[in-house]
Amino acid sequence: MPAETPGPSVAFHGITKRFREGPPAVADVSLEIAGGCFVALVGTSGSGKSTLLKTINRLVQPTAGHVSIDGEDVTARPLPQLRRGIGYVFQNVGLFPHLTIAENIALPLRIAGDAVGDRVGAMLDLVELPRDIAGRLPAALSGGQRQRIGVARALVANPRLMLMDEPFGALDPVTRDSLGGAVHALHARLGLTTIMVTHDMAEALLLADRVLVMRAGRIVADETPDALLAGAGGDAAQALVAIPRGQAERLAQVKAAR
Amino acid sequence: MTGAFARVPELAAQHLLLAMAALALGIAIAVPLGFWSAHRPAAARVALGFASLVQTIPSLALLALFYPVLLWIGGVPALGFLPSLLALTLYALLPILRNVVTGLQGLNPAVIEAADGIGMTRWQKRRLVEAPLVLPVVMAGIRTAAVWTIGAATLSTTVGQPSLGDLIFAGLQTQSWPLVLAGCIAAAALALAVDALLGLAEHGLRTRRRWLAWVALGIIAAATFAASAPLWRSGGSDRVVVGAKNFSEQYILARLIGDRLRAAGYEVEYRDGLGSAVAFGAVASGAIDVYVDYAGTIWTNQMERTDVPARPAQVRAIADWTKRTHDVSLLGTLGFENAYAFAMREGEANRLGIATLDDLAARSPQLRLGSDLEFLERPEWAAVRRAYPMRFAEATPYSPTFMYRALASGRADVISAFSSDGRIAADKLRVLADPKQAIPGYDAILLVAPKRADDARFTGALRPLLGAISVENMREANYMVDRDSDKATPEAAADWLAQRIGR
Repeated sequence: MPAETPGPSVAFHGITKRFREGPPAVADVSLEIAGGCFVALVGTSGSGKSTLLKTINRLVQPTAGHVSIDGEDVTARPLPQLRRGIGYVFQNVGLFPHLTIAENIALPLRIAGDAVGDRVGAMLDLVELPRDIAGRLPAALSGGQRQRIGVARALVANPRLMLMDEPFGALDPVTRDSLGGAVHALHARLGLTTIMVTHDMAEALLLADRVLVMRAGRIVADETPDALLAGAGGDAAQALVAIPRGQAERLAQVKAAR
Repeated sequence: MTGAFARVPELAAQHLLLAMAALALGIAIAVPLGFWSAHRPAAARVALGFASLVQTIPSLALLALFYPVLLWIGGVPALGFLPSLLALTLYALLPILRNVVTGLQGLNPAVIEAADGIGMTRWQKRRLVEAPLVLPVVMAGIRTAAVWTIGAATLSTTVGQPSLGDLIFAGLQTQSWPLVLAGCIAAAALALAVDALLGLAEHGLRTRRRWLAWVALGIIAAATFAASAPLWRSGGSDRVVVGAKNFSEQYILARLIGDRLRAAGYEVEYRDGLGSAVAFGAVASGAIDVYVDYAGTIWTNQMERTDVPARPAQVRAIADWTKRTHDVSLLGTLGFENAYAFAMREGEANRLGIATLDDLAARSPQLRLGSDLEFLERPEWAAVRRAYPMRFAEATPYSPTFMYRALASGRADVISAFSSDGRIAADKLRVLADPKQAIPGYDAILLVAPKRADDARFTGALRPLLGAISVENMREANYMVDRDSDKATPEAAADWLAQRIGR
């Protein structure tokens, strides 16, 4: 794996997205994400974080502004070619129910006309699943296993950029924790640029190098986890940080009381 | 009963071929249309609305409507396979289209997002994701369409396409219930068999056993291919088609003609149950080679004449006209007349003192008329009313058999009978006189398709029938088939008639 060359940089230039009525979902966002970075986009529901993420692989078309990857406008290439170079993982996974696990994982290679070889087995190893589940159908798997397959499918074509939209949102806490760790390890090992949307500040603080907080379509904080824990980033960010911090303090009190 | 099933294999083959061709065409139209319109709500509404509208048209009417439409287009056969195919195809559209559209609209959005997210082209998404996922739903729609199509195909008999409906219609006309049963059982068996095979294919697709689907579809395809065997049989010129309208006399005469042609070395097929207007069109286009019509029918319907000349002059004028306008040859008259004749129960006629149409007109407001299915729409009825102003308390159309029953049971007081009908004598009916000669002559005439006019072997086989059938013999032959007990088949009555002719 070419970990020595980090993933591409991503830049938003004045991105605005309006849906039919009401205030814009994303309002004039401009920022740059360095190659190899693990960025978390945090915010409450309706803050515009998923919409902003999807402008990168053009699942959402911005009303104004443009996105570039390594300096190249995302609209420069044909859509399928752009998306084949980007790993995409989302909450509902979207495994193809009529295909086996092996066929699901291999599909990005097949549609691009690339050889499959032993990639399926290698990807199952990578996401720490036994190789013998390859012949099963998605319906036979647990939620955590399915999301691991989703990650395997997203990474099978060797993308350098990974977009994750609430990837662990539907999982139980134990699976969530172990899968989060696994994804972070993959990010580091493969030298990816990873952008993850989450509403869980604790997850963001534990996994990301850089945390962007969104509210009402705007970036209201752009800090490192350390800075956020130290109280930086303003009221909106600190309100989100206060939740895991409060939980941790209460847990400490419970422990002390015993 | 075994006799009733004799024609089942041949007709079932034609039936299957027609229904499967319509189903295939329906799939070929509905599936792409469904994919195209599924994500265009306005287009989907229009397409489904049209398909639903088609379903509200009675299938018999839908078939009948294609006849004038194809005539108007011109250059294509307006009878037989083509109109049946088009009508049944329209009929097959709705269930397939509806299932494609609802199937696609009901796909899990996450799966579509994933397909887009991994960079599928639109075509890859169709082929690799949407098509396999909606396939079981679409298959269910195809099964529904198959059952509907096979059922409705029985009605193609009325536009001159042989099907299992031939047995049902012939059986209904001659009250030969074994024939009706044979047609119904065979059509139902065909529908169940195709449905079961399609069900097997659907099961195979659902359970990822593709070979099972291929085997099931392969059996249907092979059966349809085998059913089409008569089409690629060579030797067209020795095969002749004898037409018949939808009543016993026509079935008997068609068999009589067919037997003579077979004896002359032809291979004979029958197109039974043709409507009056359809039959003449069929002989003009060559879809049938020969059939028996009646002078007055051509005179009033095709030539739109209202005058009533002497019978020989009328037949000569008709021969001129059919030759000149449609190149159809009138070979000659058979010797008897089958005219419209108003008939009443003898006792009732005596009681009311009715002997002529004049008497009838005077009493008409108190009487109920039972007619055959077409009479009330025919120019003869208009001519009768012009000559004898009559207004019945009630006028009800019946199929011929039930018309006589209605008269016998008193539900009708007077009926539009046929003068060659055996039941007139058997039921002791009084035929009312026509002093003003409003009803034209109805000599039975042999009409021959253009391509057979110069076929000496063909016309030679039929000439002995000219002038050979007396009205008494025809009545008796008709009664053998029409009576309620000890019924003869049209074939047996034709044999009896052939012996009487003795030529």
